[in-house]
Amino acid sequence: MANKLETIDVHLHYGEFHALKGISLAIPDHSVTALIGPSGCGKSTYLRLFNRMNDLIPYTKITGQVLMDGEDIYKIKSSKIDHLRRTVGMVFQKPNPFPKSIFENVAYGLRVNGISDNSFIENQVEKTLRQAALWEEVKDKLKKSAFELSGGQQQRLCIARALAIEPTVILMDEPASALDPISTGKIEDLIFELKDQYTIIIVTHNMQQAGRVSDYTGFFYLGNLIEFDKTKKIFTNPSKQETENYITGRFG
Amino acid sequence: MRIRRFTEPIFESLIKICGYSSGFVVLLIIVFLFKEGISFFGSSPVEEGFTMYVHASNPVKDLSAAQIKDVFDQKITNWKALGGADQPIDFEFLPKCIDSYMDSLPGSLAFFPSAQTDGKLKSAIPIKIDKITVGKFLSDTEWFPTSRPAARMGVMPLLLGTLLVSFFAIIIALPLGLAASIYLAEIADERIRKILKPVIELLAGIPSVVYGFFGLVVIVPLVQSTFNLPVGETALAGSIVLAIMALPTIITVSEDALRTTPRAMKEASLALGASQWQTIRLVTVPYAASGITAAAILGIGRAIGETMAALMVTGNSAIMPPTLLQPVRTIPATIAAELGEAPFGGLHFQALFALGCLLFIITLIINLLVERVSAKRN
Ligand SMILES: Nc1ncnc2c1ncn2[C@@H]1O[C@H](COP(=O)(O)OP(=O)(O)O)[C@@H](O)[C@H]1O
Ligand SMILES: [Mg+2]
Repeated sequence: MANKLETIDVHLHYGEFHALKGISLAIPDHSVTALIGPSGCGKSTYLRLFNRMNDLIPYTKITGQVLMDGEDIYKIKSSKIDHLRRTVGMVFQKPNPFPKSIFENVAYGLRVNGISDNSFIENQVEKTLRQAALWEEVKDKLKKSAFELSGGQQQRLCIARALAIEPTVILMDEPASALDPISTGKIEDLIFELKDQYTIIIVTHNMQQAGRVSDYTGFFYLGNLIEFDKTKKIFTNPSKQETENYITGRFG
Repeated sequence: MRIRRFTEPIFESLIKICGYSSGFVVLLIIVFLFKEGISFFGSSPVEEGFTMYVHASNPVKDLSAAQIKDVFDQKITNWKALGGADQPIDFEFLPKCIDSYMDSLPGSLAFFPSAQTDGKLKSAIPIKIDKITVGKFLSDTEWFPTSRPAARMGVMPLLLGTLLVSFFAIIIALPLGLAASIYLAEIADERIRKILKPVIELLAGIPSVVYGFFGLVVIVPLVQSTFNLPVGETALAGSIVLAIMALPTIITVSEDALRTTPRAMKEASLALGASQWQTIRLVTVPYAASGITAAAILGIGRAIGETMAALMVTGNSAIMPPTLLQPVRTIPATIAAELGEAPFGGLHFQALFALGCLLFIITLIINLLVERVSAKRN
């Protein structure tokens, strides 16, 4: 399988703080990669490299290469960044729907990308709400505010919103950390479904979750990538002592 | 520990006393303002100690302040125009002797001190002058508070002047303020923001007389030469100066509102491929809409209540109807300009208090609006 995403010796500084210390990693197409590690080790920072979200933070310095389909996404023109973000969907840690209707939340990405064909938008909204396993619950209240949904429903709405613009990569930053077990289960099922069509990177604190949903796992520690391998290998026979310590719960 | 237990109730009661007494003082001010203002209504527009007399045979029984002024200005010269017989009006301002003057002239109208005439008149009788009412105060279009024999106290030109100047001030200030606050909150980088924000907040603290002076030296000549006017002291100059004064408030309040838009909301938008401008337009500004509205209303409040700068640059003439390129007179400027020359406790003095009441009511309404808008936010 070809590599969808790749980073080569990426360093990231937040001002003086060295948050990523030379990360080299290749992520295969149509796979789910879990990023694990104690909090503050740079998982979110690494994830946000791929849609250039770190650019928004002042005093941030990035060196190295971040490749998507072989092209360095930090070499593109700044006017193309919007387009890059359209192909890389993101689901955040806390559900963050807009203060708009359920329908308009999903339609937002289409509208800002210049699509105004209403029947297309309607189809796309229904399709992605179905994909996110939310359609049956909201089909009668699409005009209602997204804030009326439960936390789990809001997170699935955010997933639908990310899917609506048909990205090829989906970044998920602890998407289930604020949810109850049932909602978490639904989101995990969803990730399983989406794997065929998308390349997914998911940051998680939850070892079981990483084990259940991912094909590959990367273990981060203090800004370093300690180990990256098939999930099965990481969880049964890690090659680094730190990884084993973390997985067996001896720290972190 | 023991001392704490002892001092805490003392501090508590001290704070309570301060709270109650400041509330009481505020209440006292309002009561005082309205007491003076309200006693204005129901009084006669003729100067105290004087009476208007007509010949005993004259069928006209009452006159309004406006009619008296027209007679005085010789716009009305015949009793027929006032509902009387067809005879010319002989107006006499302070005749030597009221009776001898009246006797010979059936069409006479005289302004004369009342005390000297009590019960000693043969042919002259006092004519009733319409009292000042709230309705007349609000609808009369002339403001001549010191004119004799009868004062005209119509608040309309002042009220319209105030609203005109404030309205255009906000039309100028709101787009500029919004643009500046968006720049500060969303676009300017941290270093620039750290310098600009305190500078703008500082501008809000500059005394208005300084703005007035700036207006007089810079804006007034500019307006005059741009529109080729005989005088530069116009409503427009006032609007521009008040807009400049309202800007710091509008900028800081709406910038604060814009910054309350959660980062997560903006990131969600950007992550969906929206540009920075789309994100500002579709997410940040709508999220801060009620705060921006509050900023606008506060700005209007500042413009409406502003005295000094308005006094200095608007030209202060109560032209009706007020227009942008002519001098106007605002309510606060009127109070400031005339209070010094109005005799204490007199009619003019009370009229200025009534203006104060009106201004108070307007700003109260504006503050209630702000409350409602910002309550909706939560
Ligand atoms: N905007 C920022 N400015 C400065 N330091 C940051 C910023 N965001 C994250 N960091 C620091 O970078 C490190 C990695 O953060 P993060 O990637 O969020 O970790 P994780 O997601 O693994 O918990 C942390 O030590 C954090 O304090
Ligand atoms: Mg994180």
